[in-house]
Amino acid sequence: MTMVDWRNRGHPAYWAFLVHRVSGLALALFLPLHFIALAQALNGVDALNTFLAWTRAPWVTASEIAIVLALGAHLTGGLRLLLVEFFGWSRGVQQALIAVAAGIALACALLFALNVNAQPVADPGRPLLRL
Amino acid sequence: MSARTETWTWLAQRASAAVLAICVVVHLAMMIGAVRGGLSAADILGRTRGSAAWALFYGLFVVAVSIHAPLGLRTIASEWLGWRGRGADAACAMIALSLLALGLLAVGAVTL
Repeated sequence: MTMVDWRNRGHPAYWAFLVHRVSGLALALFLPLHFIALAQALNGVDALNTFLAWTRAPWVTASEIAIVLALGAHLTGGLRLLLVEFFGWSRGVQQALIAVAAGIALACALLFALNVNAQPVADPGRPLLRL
Repeated sequence: MSARTETWTWLAQRASAAVLAICVVVHLAMMIGAVRGGLSAADILGRTRGSAAWALFYGLFVVAVSIHAPLGLRTIASEWLGWRGRGADAACAMIALSLLALGLLAVGAVTL
């Protein structure tokens, strides 16, 4: 690898490119599984509920959070590319756009992580403390 | 692939990206709200079953992603694996058709 190659890898745009590509690849692999999971509804409500119960395993929840992060990153990275290619937003604002894209993607993943781990709303008729 | 076809695939990739940007924002917002307190089949199907609006929205989402994802994979195959030409194009078309069929099946399963 030449010095120029290494220098390019130090640029935020290179990392933005890599994140866009890896997140796109992850989403493309995930999509067929997502479609197959939703198609469980064809086998009835119970079949879909059985699948949803399986998704509560910690490693599945962690994978879901990672895929939401990938979706957020691919969305914001893609919007950045559209702005660069169609509106010429390439001078001076590149690093700011990359930072905003990363921030929004992280916020999506954090919001999802907080909500997916939130406890169900307590039944108002149920005592808060059982002695 | 001719230069003209390459131009059309480039445009298809960007046009599908623009449609997907809107679909993904709606999907993310709904998903982040829906998972609060746990998901159930009744929650999901209660929202989507019999809804022409959700069927149209997710149908459009599936069509756009069936264009966008295979073209992205074709670019990765070309740049990272050096796999291009008719074989790669045929694989791209197969992936597109499979995603479209699976996606529309899923949309039908939750909306009809």
